[in-house]
Amino acid sequence: MGKPSDLVQGTLDLLILKTISLEPKHGWAIAKRIQQISGEVLQVQQGSLYPALHRLEQQGWIRAKWAETDTGRNAKFYSLTAAGRTQLVTEQENWSRLSGAINLVVQES
Amino acid sequence: MRLLDKLRMWGHTLFGRRTADAELNQELRFHLDEQIAENRAAGMNEREARQAALRLFGNPTVIREHARETWSWQWLESLARDTRQGIRRLTRAPSFALTAIVVLALGIGANIALFTVVNAVLLKPLPVAHPDRLVRVYEARSNEFQDNVVAGGCFARWQAEARSFVQMGIMQETAYNLASTAAQMPEVVHAEAASWNTLPMLGVHSAIGRLFTADDDRPAANATVILSWGLWKRRYGGDPSLLGRTILVDAKPYTVVGVLPAWFHYPDARMQLWTPLYHERPHEIMQVYASHNFDVVGELRPGVSIAQATADLNTIQRQIRLQNPDGPVNDAVNLRPILDGQVRDVKAGLYALFAATGCLLLIACLNIANLLVARAASRGRETAIRAALGGSRVQLIRAQIIESLILSAAGGTLGMVLAYGAVQWLVHVRADLPRVDTIHIDGAVALFTAGCVALCGLMAGVLPALASNDRELVRALQESSRSAGAGRSRARMRRLLLTTEVGLTVVLLVAAGLLLKSYNAMRASSLGCATRGVLTMSLSQPRGMKTPEQLVAFYDDLFQRIRQIPGVRAAAGTTLLPGQGRNEDDTFTIREHPPLPKGQLLDAATIFIDPGYFQAMQIPLVAGRTFYSNDRLKRADKVIISQELAREYFKGEGPLGKHIVASIFSPEPATFEIIGVVADTRELPAADPRPAFYFPLLAGSQSSITLTVRTIVDPAAMAEPIKQVIASIDSNLPVADVMTMDEIVGHAAMETSFEATLLAVFSALSLLLASVGLFGVLSFLVTQRTTEIGVRIALGARRGEVLRMVLLDGLRPAIVGLVLGLVIAAGVTRFMQSLLVNTRPLDLRVYAVVGAVLLAVAAVACVIPAWTASRLDPMQALRTE
Repeated sequence: MGKPSDLVQGTLDLLILKTISLEPKHGWAIAKRIQQISGEVLQVQQGSLYPALHRLEQQGWIRAKWAETDTGRNAKFYSLTAAGRTQLVTEQENWSRLSGAINLVVQES
Repeated sequence: MRLLDKLRMWGHTLFGRRTADAELNQELRFHLDEQIAENRAAGMNEREARQAALRLFGNPTVIREHARETWSWQWLESLARDTRQGIRRLTRAPSFALTAIVVLALGIGANIALFTVVNAVLLKPLPVAHPDRLVRVYEARSNEFQDNVVAGGCFARWQAEARSFVQMGIMQETAYNLASTAAQMPEVVHAEAASWNTLPMLGVHSAIGRLFTADDDRPAANATVILSWGLWKRRYGGDPSLLGRTILVDAKPYTVVGVLPAWFHYPDARMQLWTPLYHERPHEIMQVYASHNFDVVGELRPGVSIAQATADLNTIQRQIRLQNPDGPVNDAVNLRPILDGQVRDVKAGLYALFAATGCLLLIACLNIANLLVARAASRGRETAIRAALGGSRVQLIRAQIIESLILSAAGGTLGMVLAYGAVQWLVHVRADLPRVDTIHIDGAVALFTAGCVALCGLMAGVLPALASNDRELVRALQESSRSAGAGRSRARMRRLLLTTEVGLTVVLLVAAGLLLKSYNAMRASSLGCATRGVLTMSLSQPRGMKTPEQLVAFYDDLFQRIRQIPGVRAAAGTTLLPGQGRNEDDTFTIREHPPLPKGQLLDAATIFIDPGYFQAMQIPLVAGRTFYSNDRLKRADKVIISQELAREYFKGEGPLGKHIVASIFSPEPATFEIIGVVADTRELPAADPRPAFYFPLLAGSQSSITLTVRTIVDPAAMAEPIKQVIASIDSNLPVADVMTMDEIVGHAAMETSFEATLLAVFSALSLLLASVGLFGVLSFLVTQRTTEIGVRIALGARRGEVLRMVLLDGLRPAIVGLVLGLVIAAGVTRFMQSLLVNTRPLDLRVYAVVGAVLLAVAAVACVIPAWTASRLDPMQALRTE
C-alpha cells in the first residue's frame, strides 16, 4: 500500500516551508493557501500533508505550537525554525536550478 | 538549535506518546471540521457536508499511521509488538524453546568463560604505568635460541650504553626463609630481589612506608625489605608499627621499610617479599657476562619502537661478545612487550580452547537455525497468509529475527550463569595460569556477551529467512495438502547447515583427539626413574647461615634418621628431580679432548645428589660407580655423567677416568674425574633426554634440596612422620612442596590434560548437536516425503530399498561434511604443533578414529527415521492427504 503522492515529496516540503515562511499557519490553512496561490492547480492531499508536516518537525526545520484561530478554536500552528529558513533557501535554489534545466530541455525541442 | 529542536521532538514523541497521539487526533479533527465548515458554507446540509469532507479526507487511520511513522520512536513500538508476539509464539512451543535456549546457553556460556580467561590473562594490560612502553629484555644467541635470562655484566653495560631506554630494572626470582616467631611457623616465601628503580618503573607506590632508594641498593647498605600487602596482613596482622622494625629473613635481620598496595601483583600474586638486588647478590656476579641469572625490564623512551631498541641493544651485546669470545656469552638480545613475556607459555593453549568454543557456538547457532527452518516449514501456511494479507517480507523476516534474538538473549542470560560457575572452576583447576588473580567477569565480558547474543540471534534468524522466498509463499498457499515435492529449498538449506555442522564437529574432534593422544604419550612416557611410592619435599636452609661442614653434617644426620623410620625403603637428596624441568646448567670442557674452536661450548644440566640417590630413585648405573660417602667437602672432585652426555661428547670412547673441567663449586674452573655413567632421566615427561652431570651434594655447596623417600606403604601417609623427624633436627626449617612423584608427573602433564579434557568435552557436545541435527533433518524429510514413499511402496518398492534410499539421503551431508572437516582439520591443526608432545598434527590414526566415530554416530542418527520410513503403511501414508 503506497502513500498517495500527487506531488514529488521534496516539492511538497518546499511548498510547505515557503507557505509558512511569512507567518505561522495550521495544516488546513497551509493546504488552502497552496491551493489558492497555485490557482487551484496544486491539490495537497491530507494523506501527504500531515506525514510531511510531522517529518519536517522531526527534522527540526519547523516547530509547532498550539494557538487559537480567528474563530476561537484550538489549532496546531507551524512556523519555520532558523534551520528551516536555511533549508528553504537551499530548496528554493535547487528548485530554480531544476525547473530552469527542465525548461531548457522542454523549450529546445 | 536544530539539534535542540530534534531532541525536544524525540523526547516529546517518546515520553509523551499519549499526548502526542491525542494531539495528532485533534489536529486531524480540526482539519476535518474546517472542511465540513467550508462545505456547509457552500450550501450543503450537515450530513452531506460531513460525508463529502470524509471522502476528500481519505482513511483517517492510514493518515494517522503514516504521520506516526515519521516519529522517531515508531520502530520501538513495532519492536515491542514483535517481541510480545515472539514470546507468545515461543511459549506455545515450550519444548522447542527450551531446547534452543539450553543449546545456546551451553555455547554462549563456554565462550563467555573462555573469553573471561583470555581477556584477563592475555588481553588486559598489566596494572603498571605505561604498559605499552615496558618491555622484557632477554639475551639471545643468533640462530640458536631466544629468551635467555640475562647476565649481570651485560645488564650493567646496557644500562650504561643504551640510548633507547628511560631506565632499566633488573630482578631475580628467589625464595626467603622467614624464621618462626612465638606465634608463627617458619615459612618459605616467594620473593623478588630487584634493583631499586624496578618498582617505581612498574608504576607502583608504597601503600605505607617507602620504596627502596639507590642507597638501599648497595652491598654495604643495611638490609631492607618490602612486604606484599598479603604477607603484611596475613603474617603480621596488618600492624603498621612493623615499619622500621627488623624481621628475620634467611636468619638475618632486615628492616621493613614499606608495604606494597594490595592491587600490585608482578610478576604474579605469589611474590610476597621484595629486596634490593645489589645488596643481596655479590658484586662479582653483577659484573660477569657468562653467568645468566636475571630478568630485565626496560622502559622505552617515548617514540622508540621495540625494533629500534632491539637494534640498539644488539650493537652493545655484539660488542660484549667480541670482547669475550670465550665462555657462554651471548651475542644478541630479544625484546618482548612486558605482557607477552609473562604469558607466552599459555597463549597457544588458551587461544586453541577459545577457537574451540567459537566452533561450538557456531555449531549451536547452526543447530538453532536448523530447528527454526523446520518451524518455518511447519508454519508455511501461516506465513503465506500473513504475506497475502499485506505483511511485507521485511516485516516477516524481522519477526523471525526477533524470535531468534529472544531465544539467544534467554540463552545468553543462562549462559552467563553457567559461565560464572565455569570461571570459578577454571580458576580453581588452573591456579598456575599467570595473572590468574585478575580473572573475573567485568564490563568487557558483558560487552562480549551482548555481542555473542546479537550474533547468534541474527545468524539463527537470517539463515531460515534466506531459505524462504516470495515464490514459495505463493506456492505454499496453492499446495494445500499436496506435500509430495514441497519445501525443496528448505531441505537444501537444512542439508547445507548440516554439512557445515558436521564439518566443524570433525575439526573439533580431530583437535581433541590429537591432544588426548599427546596427553597419553606424556603419561605413558617413563621419566627414567621410580615414580610409584615415592614421596618428595623441598627443604631450604637460609643461604650462607651454615658452613659447608655444618650442612653436610645436617644432611648425614637427616638421611640417616629418615632411613630408620619404619616403612621407608630408601631416602636421598637431590637438587632437581626428573620431571621438574631444569634449574641450572653449566658449560664445561673435557681435559683429554683438544681445545674447542672459539665460541663453541659444551653444556649440561647440573644436578647435585647424595650417594644414595640413584639407588633410592632406581636410576640404573650403566658403568662405573656412584659416589662414596667420603667423596665430600674438599674431596668432592668426582663427577657422574648421564648416558646422553656420554653419547654426545664421548663418541666411541670410554668416558670413565676422563676429566671434566667446569666452574661448579668456585668461579675458577676445577677438574672432576668421571667415575660413573647413569641411565638418562627426562626433564619433562616425553621430553628428549638431554646431557646431565651429577656432582656430590655432600660437597656442602647447596642449601636447598629436594628430599626423596621411597616407601613401602602409601607415600602420602609417610609425610607426617618424616616432617616430625625434620622438626626434631631443626624446628626452624620449613618443609614445602610435599608431593608424590606421581603428582609431579601429573603436574607436568596437567596443562595438556586440561586442554585435552576441555576439548574432548566440547567436541562431544558438538557431536551430540550434530547428530541431533542429523536426526531432526532426516525425520523432517521423511515426514515431508510420506506420500511419495507411500506411493513407492504401493507400487512395489521393497522396504530394503526404501531404507537404503532414506539412509543415503541422510548420510550424504554427513559424508560430505566429514570429508570437508578432515581437509580443514589437516589445514588448521598445524597451528597446534606447539601444544603436542610426541604427536604429529597429521596423525592418521586420530583422523581414522574420528572418521569412524562420526560415521557411526551419523548412521545411528539416520537409522531411526529410515526405519520408520521403510515401515510405512502405504494405505495410511496415502490417506494422510
